[in-house]
Amino acid sequence: MATTDLPRAEAPAGTRVDWHSNATKRRVKRRNWANWRLQFYGLASIGVATLLLCLLFGSLIHTGYVAFFQTKVALKLDLSSDLIDRENLAESNFRKITRNAFKAYFPDVTSPRDTRALMKIMSSGAQYIVRNRVIANPDLVGKTVTMQVPLSDPYDQLYKGVIPLKIDGLGLDRITNFRRLQNRNVVVVENGKSFVKTDVILSEKEVQDGTFNVILNEAFKAFFPRDRSLAYLEILGPDAVDTLKAYVEANPSKIGQTVSLNIPIAPLYDQLQRTGEAKIRNPRFKSDQELAWYGSLKERGLLGTVFAWSLFTNPDSRFPELAGLAGALVGTFLTLMVCFLLSFPLAIGAAIYLEEFAPKNRVSDIIEVNINNLAAVPSVVFGLLGLALFIGTFGLPRSVPLVGGMALSLMTLPTIIVATRAALKSVPPSIREAALGVGASKHQTIMHHVLPLAMPGILTGTIIGLAQALGETAPLLLIGMNAFIPSIQDMGITQPAMALPTQIYTWADSSERGFVSKTSAAILVLLCFLIIMNITAVILRKRFERKW
Amino acid sequence: MVGYLLLALLVMMLIAYSVGASAANKFRQTTGTHVHSLSGYHGWYVAAATGLPALFFLIVWLLFQNTVIDALLLRSLPETTLSDTTNIELLIAEIKSVAAGNIFGEPTDVVRQAAARYNAWQSLAAWSLVVLVLAVALIGLLMARARLAPQFRARNSVEQIMTGLMIGCSLVAIFTTVGIVGSLLFETLLFFEKVSVTEFFTGLNWEPQIPIREGQITAGGAFGAIPVFVGTIVIAVIAMVVAVPIGLFAAIYLSEYASPSFRTVVKPVLEVLAGIPTIVYGFFAVLTVAPALRQFGVAIGFDIAPNSALAAGGVMGIMLIPFISSLSDDALSAVPQSLRDGSYGLGATHGETITRVLLPAALPGIMGGILLAASRAIGETMIVVMAAGIIAKLTANPFEPVTTVTVQIVTLLIGDVEFDNPKTLAAFALGFVLFICTLILNIIALRIVQKYREQYD
Repeated sequence: MATTDLPRAEAPAGTRVDWHSNATKRRVKRRNWANWRLQFYGLASIGVATLLLCLLFGSLIHTGYVAFFQTKVALKLDLSSDLIDRENLAESNFRKITRNAFKAYFPDVTSPRDTRALMKIMSSGAQYIVRNRVIANPDLVGKTVTMQVPLSDPYDQLYKGVIPLKIDGLGLDRITNFRRLQNRNVVVVENGKSFVKTDVILSEKEVQDGTFNVILNEAFKAFFPRDRSLAYLEILGPDAVDTLKAYVEANPSKIGQTVSLNIPIAPLYDQLQRTGEAKIRNPRFKSDQELAWYGSLKERGLLGTVFAWSLFTNPDSRFPELAGLAGALVGTFLTLMVCFLLSFPLAIGAAIYLEEFAPKNRVSDIIEVNINNLAAVPSVVFGLLGLALFIGTFGLPRSVPLVGGMALSLMTLPTIIVATRAALKSVPPSIREAALGVGASKHQTIMHHVLPLAMPGILTGTIIGLAQALGETAPLLLIGMNAFIPSIQDMGITQPAMALPTQIYTWADSSERGFVSKTSAAILVLLCFLIIMNITAVILRKRFERKW
Repeated sequence: MVGYLLLALLVMMLIAYSVGASAANKFRQTTGTHVHSLSGYHGWYVAAATGLPALFFLIVWLLFQNTVIDALLLRSLPETTLSDTTNIELLIAEIKSVAAGNIFGEPTDVVRQAAARYNAWQSLAAWSLVVLVLAVALIGLLMARARLAPQFRARNSVEQIMTGLMIGCSLVAIFTTVGIVGSLLFETLLFFEKVSVTEFFTGLNWEPQIPIREGQITAGGAFGAIPVFVGTIVIAVIAMVVAVPIGLFAAIYLSEYASPSFRTVVKPVLEVLAGIPTIVYGFFAVLTVAPALRQFGVAIGFDIAPNSALAAGGVMGIMLIPFISSLSDDALSAVPQSLRDGSYGLGATHGETITRVLLPAALPGIMGGILLAASRAIGETMIVVMAAGIIAKLTANPFEPVTTVTVQIVTLLIGDVEFDNPKTLAAFALGFVLFICTLILNIIALRIVQKYREQYD
C-alpha cells in the first residue's frame, strides 16, 4: 500500500530525523489538518441530517397548523318556523333554515343568481351541522339560536391568511418588457392614466383599410426589435385603436406622415406604472361581489376561527372544510387490532419455539433465514401477497381492515419475533435452573417464569412493530384501503374502511388547496401517535428493564 | 355470525375446561389414588381438544367458502348466459348485488334466480358451518373426556399440543415466503403466457394501459420494462449518492470523535429519521423539496421537472441516512481496539487511523450496510409513488421525471383489479422481479456482514 502521507524514514538507518525541520513541521501540520477535515465532514453530515429533519418537521407544522383551526360564521337560526317538522326532525328543511339565516345578513341580495353566488361563501355542509345539532338538542326547537357554521374552503383559507386576496397578474417576462419601455422614458402619466409616447407612421394604405392595429403593432415593434413572441403587444390598451382612429379623424392632414402620439396602455400595465405592482383578484374567488360580501361579514365581526374538532370527529368528505379523520382513525384502529391479535400470539409462539425448543438442524435454520428475509422484503410485496392470496384465492372482500391487518401482521411478525427472542435470551439461566431444580417441566419453567420476566421486552418490541405497521401505506393501498368512506356508521373489520396513511395519500392527491394543510395536519396526527407509541415503548423498557 | 360462533366456541371451551378439571378433582377425591397431573392440566387438555380442531375447521371453511360458492354459482348458470356475456365477473358482481338487495334497473330472470340460489347457498353454508363447528367441538370434548383417567398424562399431552402450536407459529414464516413466491410466480407465469419474456426484459417501451372495456381508447399496450428498471436504478443511485457520504461521515464522527454525551443526543435524532413513515417523506418531497428544486432551477435558468428523479431520489436519500450511519457505526465499533492502539503506536493521527486502518477493516460491514440500503431504495414505494413520475421514459437525466417498479405496481393495481388482465399481471411480474432483486441483495449483504463478523470474533 502506498503510504505517501505517513512519515517515512527518509533518512538512511542510523541517522536521526530532524523533528524541527520546516519540512517535518509542514508535514505534521498537513496531517493534523487532514484529521480536522475528517472531523469537520462528520460534524457537517450530522448537521445536514439534523437540518433536514428540522426542515421536514418545520414545513409540516408550517403548512399543517392552520388546519387545526376552522373559520366559522355565526348564524341566527330561526327554529320556530314551520319549516321544522316537530314529529320528524331529521326530515325538516334545514337547508332552507340555514340559507335563510345566512341571507338575513344581506337583505339587498334578491336575485336567484346572486343568492347562489352568496351561498358559495358558506360551507355546503352547514345544513347538516345544524341538523345534527338540533337533533341532539330537541329543546332548541321553537327558539332562535346562534350557531357557528364553517365557511367554504376558499374563504376559510383567505380568513386564515393561507391564500392571498390578490395575486400577481403579470409574469416576470411581461414585467421585463414593460421595464424596457420605462427605461426609455416613453411611459408617461397624464390625468391619472398611463400612456406610451411613440412615433407612429400613418401610412395611407393602412388608414384606408382601417387596420389601425397594424400601425400600432409596427410602432411597438420598434421598441422590441428582437422579440419574436409578440408578448409586448399585450401592453397596448383596449382603447388604443380608438384613440388612434379619433386622432386620424381629427387630423386628416397628417395621413402619410409620422407623428408622435400618446397611446393608452392596458389596465394591468397602467396599474404597474402608477402603483409599482400589477395585482389581480385571486382566481379562486369568482367575483369582486363575493369578496365584498365576505368583507362585510368580516367587518360586522361575524367571522372567527375556532379549534377544528371536526378534524377528529368528521368522516372524510369531498369538501376540505368538512373533511375529518374520524373514519381513518377508526379504520386504523381496527386494522392495528387485527394485526396485533394475529401477530402477537404467532410471534411469541414462534420465538419461544426457536429460542427454547428448536433442535439445531436444517429446518430451524431455514425458518431463521426465512424470518430474516421477511424483515427485508419490500412492503409493497406484502400488498401483492394480500391481493393475490387473501383477496384473489380466498375470496375475502377488498378494502377491509381484516385483510389489511393480515397483510400488516406478516410484516410486523419478524420485528416482534426478534424482540421476543432477545427478551427471552436476556432472562438469566439461574431462573431457569431454579425452576427446573424444584421439579418444573421445561414448559412450566418457560410459561411460569421465563415468559413473565421477558414480557416487558416483548411488549416493547410489539409496540415498536405496531408503530411501524401504523405508518405502512403501500400494502394497504394495494388491497384497496383507500376507499372513500363518507360515514363512520357500521364500520367493522369486514366493512370497507380507510386507514390514516391511506387517508393522507388520498388527501395529498386531491387538487383542492384546502387539502394541502389537511394533509399536513393528518401527518402531524400520525406522527403524534408514533411519538406516543415510541415513548410508551421507551418508558416500558426503562421502567421494567432489569439488570441481572 | 362468525363472531357469535367464536363466542359460542369460547363458552364451550370454558365448559370443557371445567369438565376436565372437575373430573380430575373427582379422581382425586373418590379413588384416592395418585393422579398423574394437576387438575388444571386435565381441564386444559379437554378445552384444547374442544377448541382447536373446531377453530381449525372454522378457519379453513371460511377461507374457501366464498370461492366454492362462486364456483358453484358459475356452474349453475345456463350455458347460453355464459356464452353471450363477455364479462363473467360483471355478471357475478350483478348477481351478488341483487342478492344483497341492491337492485339497479331490471335484472333478468336468470340473474334473479341465480341471486336467490346464491342467498340460499350462503345461508345454507352459514348454518351448516355453525352446526359442523359445534359438532366438531362437542366430539372433541367427549373424546377427550373419555380419555381422562387418574393415570392419564394430561400435562405431557398439553405440553405436546403447545409444542405443536408453537411449531405451527414458526412455520408461518415459511408459509409466508412460500405464499409470496407462489402467488407472484403463478401470476407472473400467467403474464408471460400473454407477453413474451424477451419483450418484458429487453423492450424499450412501457405502455401498460390497454383497453379494459370495448371501445375504450388507450395506447396499444407495450410491456418492455427496461425504462422502468432504468428509472428505478436512477432514483436508487441518486438516493445512495445523498445517503452514503452523509451516513458514512456521520457514523465516523459518532463512533470515533464524538463524546458520549454528544452521542446520546445525536443518535436518537438520526433514529427519528428512520422512524418516520415513508408517506411523510413522500409528502415532504411534493410539498417542499420539488418546488424548491424547481425554483432553484428557474433561478439559474434551468428547467427541472416538478416530479424530477432528483427530488424523489434526494428525499429517499434522507430516509436512508440512518440505515447507513447505524450499520457503519456498528461496523466501526466492532473493529478491535488493538488495531487502533497499533496504529496510534506507529504515530498515526486519529484521522489516519480512521482512513487507513479502521475503514479498510470495517469495509465489509459498511458494504453490507450499503447493499441493505440499496435494497431498501429499490423497494421503497410511497416516496416515489408521490414524488416520481408515472410515464416510463428511458432517460438517465436526474432532472427529468422517471418511473420506478414500485410506482408501476401501485398505479397498475389501484382501482378495480381483474386477474385475467395483462395490465394487472404485469404488476405481479414486476413485483416478482423486485422480490428476487431485493432478496439477492439482502442475502449478499448478510453473507458479507456475517463473514466479516467471524473474522474478529
